[in-house]
Amino acid sequence: MGVEDVLAMALLEVRNIKVHFPVRHGVIQHGSATVKAVDGVNLLVEPGETVGLVGESGCGKSTLGRAIIGLVQLTHGEVLFAGKEIGRLDKSELRKTRRNLQMIFQDPVGSLNPRLTVRQILSEPLDIHKLAAGRSERTHRIAELLENVGLAPNHADRYPHEFSGGQRQRIGIARALAVEPKLIICDEPVSALDVSVQAQIINLLQDLQSRLGLAYLFIAHDLAVVEHISQRILVMYLGRIVESGEAAEVVNNPRHPYTGALISAVPKLHAEETSSRIVLQGEIPSPIKPPGGCPFHTRCPIAEFPLCSSQVPEFREVAPGHRASCHFA
Amino acid sequence: MPLVQIDNLTLEFVSDGQSLRALDAVSFHIDAGETVCLVGESGSGKSISALSLARLVPSPPAQYISGRITVEDRDVLAMSKKELRSIRGGTVSYIFQEPGASLNPVLRVGDQILEMLQLHRAEAATREEVIRLLNLVGIPAPESRIRDYPHQMSGGMQQRIMIAMAIAAHPKLLVADEPTTALDVTIQAQIMELLRDLKSQLGMSILLITHNLGLLKDIADRVLVMYAGQIVEEGPAKRLLENPLHPYTRALLRSTPQLGAGRERLVSIPGNVPQLGAWPAGCRFHPRCPQRQPQCDKETPGLLNPLPEQKVRCPYWELKTF
Repeated sequence: MGVEDVLAMALLEVRNIKVHFPVRHGVIQHGSATVKAVDGVNLLVEPGETVGLVGESGCGKSTLGRAIIGLVQLTHGEVLFAGKEIGRLDKSELRKTRRNLQMIFQDPVGSLNPRLTVRQILSEPLDIHKLAAGRSERTHRIAELLENVGLAPNHADRYPHEFSGGQRQRIGIARALAVEPKLIICDEPVSALDVSVQAQIINLLQDLQSRLGLAYLFIAHDLAVVEHISQRILVMYLGRIVESGEAAEVVNNPRHPYTGALISAVPKLHAEETSSRIVLQGEIPSPIKPPGGCPFHTRCPIAEFPLCSSQVPEFREVAPGHRASCHFA
Repeated sequence: MPLVQIDNLTLEFVSDGQSLRALDAVSFHIDAGETVCLVGESGSGKSISALSLARLVPSPPAQYISGRITVEDRDVLAMSKKELRSIRGGTVSYIFQEPGASLNPVLRVGDQILEMLQLHRAEAATREEVIRLLNLVGIPAPESRIRDYPHQMSGGMQQRIMIAMAIAAHPKLLVADEPTTALDVTIQAQIMELLRDLKSQLGMSILLITHNLGLLKDIADRVLVMYAGQIVEEGPAKRLLENPLHPYTRALLRSTPQLGAGRERLVSIPGNVPQLGAWPAGCRFHPRCPQRQPQCDKETPGLLNPLPEQKVRCPYWELKTF
């Protein structure tokens, strides 16, 4: 491997991955229909950066996150971590890679075992990856982890139900941090939280990033939150990335009409007159039968026919580092 | 005369001999044709206040300790069951966060709307009226959609059905409790637009309960901010957003990420929303307040009226140190 290859190597590289789920109809299985939850996605995450992935429910963003970490099987494509394809690793290499790649979830209640104390929850990853030799080192490490996420060492012997939603999310973050990962996939980590607590968790994630050099793939439906935390943003619609670029560029100068509509739909505290708002008509089409041509043409305010209903637009560079898949971008 | 008036309402939940206060001397009114927004975080008492308007909080366990609720000058707390039935869904109707959970899963949506008409507007209980209502709430091809069951519709469409049911009886007040929280942002924009249109077409009042401060600018005439069972600030929407007086309102506005603001650090409020039964003494916000004064944990602040139409429960509102 030459020097340039090493420099060019991203922490996480996703190459043309697809996740298709078979759909069963009735008693007799027809077997022909599939839900194309993720349909040909490429993405890169560099060390220490935050990439935001935004889209509405059903667009495939959570499936994409789960597929990257191996919770859902890939139908096609490959995931490379630090240049190594995860699917080809042997057991011990896979374990090492898993240590570097962690995930936190939306529902801090559902993702913590109610029968375990915080100490037990945090001990599991330490034991599995043999990161703490002996009891005193483990106790020390757990205290350190709790302090890192803004909890007190004496919280270790409590159960998850004794904490508030924001504190439970902090425990989830501490569990992910226990194995000293390089990348954390955050799947809607703040959307179940109250506004005032949401800001605490966002600030905590940013502090941890600058202190520990973490990279995040931050999955959320709230564009304002995603813009706030990300260097780059990917916008997903019906299983595909439709726009990507620098966060400020995507928000201030969106090139895909879907991104424009999403920005327009975000409720703003101050700002433009309501009348200038683009309200998208209709709803996300079924991913079982996605529309032909551009998948967005059924709701697009600027679609032209038959071009948009017959030809799939290329995901092309519209400005340096800024890509969009629209015939009119 | 306001359409709805709540005076000094105090409500407690009683269980196992222990009583937990959920509302503490809450007072507000809604005028005819007015849109009032009730904002606050979980557990602040905003839903309980709104449900109390039609005495919908099950009692027991709830106990109305003191106060008065009037709807069109009638005392709701003194109403018989029959009178309550006529205001529930009739004068005051409700839509909730999860439309799927509010609809009957085994009845066709058209029949559910018809049922509402039979109860409150029997003379208009026809298929034509159901179709007219569905058209009004923007359901495409209503002639065929009336035969759908709720599960055959998306969340946004289900919420439109709920709205059609809610307006079927020509209510004077529509209470919308987090109506878009479970919906996608593009669908949220559609539902908010629908509520605005319906309000101007039908001339009803709306009480919108939300935790999303971004929705205020578009729809609210007046805003009430609740914290730990009390109203802590009240004012016209525009003025409250431009010049919030209570430290909690200010902190809440500054902790909301704004689109286009870049990566500027958010001002977060330390600590957590206090739980029922664990409200701090003195000012309930003092443990989290960035401009706390030495007396704040002892003196219980009253609701002041320092500026025209603006009320605030903080004697130090002028400090604005953050």
